[in-house]
Amino acid sequence: MGKSVKSICEEYNNDATRLMDILLEIQCKNGHIPDEAIEEVAKTLNISKVDVIQTLSFYHFFTRDNIGDYTVYLNNSAVADMMGRADVAEAFEKEAGCKFESLSEDGKIGLYSTSCIGMSDQEPAAIINGKVFTKLDPYKVKDLVLDMKAGKTIDEMVEKYGDGHNASDLVKSMVFNNIRKKGPVLFSDYETGTSLKKVTGMTPDEVVGIVKDSYLRGRGGAGFPVGLKWDFCRRTQSEETYLMCNADEGEPGTFKERVLLTEKPKLVFEGMAVAGYALDAKQGILYLRYEYKYLKNYLESVLNEMREANLLGKNILGKEGFDFDIRIQFGAGAYVCGEETALIESCEGKRGEPRNRPPFPVQKGYMDEPTVVNNVESLCSVVRIIEKGADWFTMMGSRESAGTKLLSISGDCKYQGVYEIEWGMRIRDIIEMVGAEDVKAIQVGGPSGTLISPRDFKRTICFEDLPTGGSMIIIGHNRNLLRDIVLNFTEFFIEESCGSCTVCRANTVILKDKLLKIMSGKAGKEEIDELKNWTKFNKMANRCGLGQTAANPILTSIENFREEYEKHVKMDEDFDTGFDLASAVEESCDYVGRKPNL
Amino acid sequence: MSKPVVATTSLAGCFGCHMSLLDIDEKILDLIELVEFNKSPIDDIKEFTKPCDIGLIEGGVCNSENAHVLKDFRKNCKILVSVGECAIMGGLPALRNGIPVKECIAEAYLGVPSVENNKEGILPNDDELPMITDRVYPCHEVVKIDYYLPGCPPRAELIWEAVAALVTGNEMKLPYEVVKFD
Repeated sequence: MGKSVKSICEEYNNDATRLMDILLEIQCKNGHIPDEAIEEVAKTLNISKVDVIQTLSFYHFFTRDNIGDYTVYLNNSAVADMMGRADVAEAFEKEAGCKFESLSEDGKIGLYSTSCIGMSDQEPAAIINGKVFTKLDPYKVKDLVLDMKAGKTIDEMVEKYGDGHNASDLVKSMVFNNIRKKGPVLFSDYETGTSLKKVTGMTPDEVVGIVKDSYLRGRGGAGFPVGLKWDFCRRTQSEETYLMCNADEGEPGTFKERVLLTEKPKLVFEGMAVAGYALDAKQGILYLRYEYKYLKNYLESVLNEMREANLLGKNILGKEGFDFDIRIQFGAGAYVCGEETALIESCEGKRGEPRNRPPFPVQKGYMDEPTVVNNVESLCSVVRIIEKGADWFTMMGSRESAGTKLLSISGDCKYQGVYEIEWGMRIRDIIEMVGAEDVKAIQVGGPSGTLISPRDFKRTICFEDLPTGGSMIIIGHNRNLLRDIVLNFTEFFIEESCGSCTVCRANTVILKDKLLKIMSGKAGKEEIDELKNWTKFNKMANRCGLGQTAANPILTSIENFREEYEKHVKMDEDFDTGFDLASAVEESCDYVGRKPNL
Repeated sequence: MSKPVVATTSLAGCFGCHMSLLDIDEKILDLIELVEFNKSPIDDIKEFTKPCDIGLIEGGVCNSENAHVLKDFRKNCKILVSVGECAIMGGLPALRNGIPVKECIAEAYLGVPSVENNKEGILPNDDELPMITDRVYPCHEVVKIDYYLPGCPPRAELIWEAVAALVTGNEMKLPYEVVKFD
């Protein structure tokens, strides 16, 4: 053990900022990270044991205990529930002989829940030993567990491959792309290298100028203008600048980046190189969520191919001094790492806790140097903007939202998958496009977004009306909104809070308790407004977007579906609060030896 | 028109809120001009003798008697007000809420030095005694509460203002420093 830990650390030059990579390798090799390994890592990297433990304990996919030869991480997102997760979970428990969040008696199979794994269009889905298994049902689960008991390798357990590159030798995954609508920016034909060739003939300022003229706004959700971000970064004087591509899409219901990375990785990497040129950055980091680790070998080979074609590396395309290369940094299961400062912390080998701002990453980011963090889709768009010009781009979309948007659509509709649409499309038209009927509600922008009712179906997808990072969950009429959606999302935020800000850590739990009380039918009518009042604190007193939006499922559902709450609450004065004196005094009476006289 | 009728009680509290009510000094003369008291420690009426308009509750619920009194107040009062932290959140008595009630009783009657003469380990279990609840409940978890007056105790003027507002129907002034103490 000791020797191999040493050699793993050596591989990363005993650099403590690469702690994530080191821990990931140990986790992969051993199935967990034993105490001896923690000590060995601390000693070798010359950091304290606590430094190792605090990083390790932050991430969902790092474990100190053995989690089995076969470890099932079954997604527990709202969409998974809608698609029949409960039956699948029950089948797993029955076949494996253990409950979720535990290990089978022989230590062979571990069953665990995990937050959305980016497969909402093919749920219920699970990650087993790093491989994704989609569209599960109780019969498939039975076969899977039989295979586990027979000791099959994980690759042998994947019977059928998905479409496109999912079937390639380096991926061999059963994941499907489900590309339903190809738009002009992301999915139209493009010859790799065209834009990179073009920028080598321009000054970095000219490149930034074109991106600014295109009014391209960040596609991760917040919508900050990309060109402006680059401009701010360029204004910071520094020796070193970094470019990061945020592929941590953890917002439940989002999976568009998975598709882009599967089918258009060269577009992503070229976008990074173009940004590298504009920012004079030498190094780019693709921060990829652990859930997509099955793409690792494939993406590495694409990078190599691009290096060979001199689209990455030194003196790119013959341009003297244009050096840029990319490394892939994997996360280890933490939604909050999609927040750019948390992502940077994670890249430095630390807990993914958001930083205080200012300073902003463009002033002081990765390794305290100016850093630009851009979304996968934003960088893809950059390539096409350089190729075809800013005017071409601004011709598409709406006034404040130029270009196209890639939507991940899931839930109660016929055609789940990704759609590249122009900004400004009406919700009503989207519903028709995806083949949905009897729609009760749509969750736009994931749990941190808005739950809209049919009253809002005339609204449009764009920054000036209904903004979205790409997640749209269609909710049909037979769903129980509070139980299936609002409660699930609230629990998601409790699970994924980094715990740094008190309000995010504690108020989410308070909100859940109040919601459960209303759902139990033991609450008075004024408690709906009280619940709504409590959501205010999240916006007020949290450092990052996660905490600030963690109350949105409750807030927007009260605003748009008040009747769902009113169904449960009591309107009369002397209603039953659920207080039960008999059970409240049972324990004390039993202890002192008396019969309760109620 | 007859005067509005007010009832008050102290459940699992320290009577501090009632003390605060008395702290309105000579205004108590104005108060009895304004309202009539029914069941309350202030006039020592033990049982409700007529339906009341306002019930002021101090303290949370820590035993069966508290629960009965509180439900009795709900039945007899049109408006119930939780007065002070203990009524609103359980307050100091609720410090025991993280500890199993058995351990609390054992500590009180068997563990502390002042009961070292309790050689037989007698635990109070007479039928006349209230039964201890598993934890201390804020009033609104037991019955519906209409209004909340924060403070430990709420200052005298606040209680005065609240009662006056309820009686006159005017909106109550709640400046920041009255509800925020830090």
